[in-house]
Amino acid sequence: MAEAAGSITVTVNGVAVRVTPGTTVASATLIAGTQTRVSVAGEPRAPLCGMGICFECRVTIDGAPHQRSCQILCEPGMQVTTRGEPA
Amino acid sequence: MSREFDVLVVGAGPAGIAAAATAAESGLHVGVVDDNPAAGGQIWRSGALLPAAAQRWKARLAAAGVVRLQGWRIVDCPEPGAARAERNGAEITRDPESEGRRDLRYRHLILATGARERFLPFPGWTLPNVMGAGGLDAMVRGGLPIAGKRVVVAGTGPLLLAVAAHLTSRGARIVAICEQASAAQMAPLMMQVLRRPGKLWQGASYRWATKKSRYLTRCWTVAALGDERLRSAILQRDGKQWCVECDVLACGFHLVPNTELAALLGCRLENGFVATDERMQTSVPGIWCAGEPTGIGGVELSLLEGQIAGLAAAGKTSAARRLAGRRRGALGFVRALERACQLDPQIRDLPREDTVICRCEDVRLGALLGRGGWRDAKLHTRCGMGPCQGRICGGATEFLFGWHADSVRPPVFPALVSSFLEPDAASELASPKEAL
Repeated sequence: MAEAAGSITVTVNGVAVRVTPGTTVASATLIAGTQTRVSVAGEPRAPLCGMGICFECRVTIDGAPHQRSCQILCEPGMQVTTRGEPA
Repeated sequence: MSREFDVLVVGAGPAGIAAAATAAESGLHVGVVDDNPAAGGQIWRSGALLPAAAQRWKARLAAAGVVRLQGWRIVDCPEPGAARAERNGAEITRDPESEGRRDLRYRHLILATGARERFLPFPGWTLPNVMGAGGLDAMVRGGLPIAGKRVVVAGTGPLLLAVAAHLTSRGARIVAICEQASAAQMAPLMMQVLRRPGKLWQGASYRWATKKSRYLTRCWTVAALGDERLRSAILQRDGKQWCVECDVLACGFHLVPNTELAALLGCRLENGFVATDERMQTSVPGIWCAGEPTGIGGVELSLLEGQIAGLAAAGKTSAARRLAGRRRGALGFVRALERACQLDPQIRDLPREDTVICRCEDVRLGALLGRGGWRDAKLHTRCGMGPCQGRICGGATEFLFGWHADSVRPPVFPALVSSFLEPDAASELASPKEAL
């Protein structure tokens, strides 16, 4: 599938999300409307600090778990998996 | 790529950029390690129009021939003069040639590790779409569309207004800006601002940009409501409470300095900040510190301190001393800012017994009541034992209980096991030999 000019496509939980270059994976999860992780007591969590400190934005990227998504930029074809369903 | 530096700078915000550029312009071989995708730190984060000073300093950094490890973080300093860096997303192997870890050596180390927001717990603060004020700003600069969204900005400090102004320019509807401090408490800060035309202009332009939004002093969020995500927030002012619907609650209570690496290196801390002399040298010779870890003072002070550290590390003592004089004149702003951001004790009463305090381990307030201190709480409840290593709950428990998060140990951030193995063993770990 050809990319539209000026945008790249990643998938979040299998759903294609088109973002502008320079978009963080954390922002892509927010655009997709999904939480990032489930807490140890089972609560939904999503990005908090935006600067790689809080670890709430951990997701699985291309099969690698526990990636701080706010510190990683989207790349074409990246497959992002979060824990939990879109809310 | 070179791994041995005259000067290694940690952090590429204003202080780090100024330190690195200044040291490199003095003829030294300089490296910068920074954990964001691009230089600029939080305040000069790309994705928005940057002020002229930011563009100037970024251009100076680019022209100075500094080796830049962007998207890397220091996880350990195994011996004097040595630092171990790990690349963010080292396990995402899109480029099999890329390294995940580097051992760096330095003669001088300049710590410009910046600050993080202080987060304080209240019922509902862990709901999705409740985030930091700077946190939301970073998300928006990182590609999150905010146009048309209803945002409550709450907490304390000048960052709230700066964030509200930026979000407004992106089309957000700022429902309210809630500043916990009183106007009287902020008066000394206003006096400092009036004496500094740059800050006065900046503050006035932020307020002008947000003129359609309500700016409420002595006001804070007592609860965030929603099921799976935020739907509304309850605000309180002078004992009166009301509910506002919002899509995002951006909440930050000023800043906490990132001093973990300094503490790991044995640098002396004073009242939670890294102690330095006039040349910005810490208690450990050859280790320097600049910017927010020495005292929260904003961009201009960070730039001054970065330049002083860069010049002093390069042995340009008289030039460093001249700037040190200017720095002394700017320290009144630090004190006034601290005073303005002093937290109202009523905010201590916001979390209920079932409110999560430690988000990594879901430790609730009830479990922490009666604990003797940070260490006691860690051992008995796992508070502060998760991947953030107490960076979030430590700022909260400091305010709630007066506990001081101590005992920094390597790795200073969660790191891969392979980052601590000899390279051969690490590659074996990555592709284990098949067992017979």
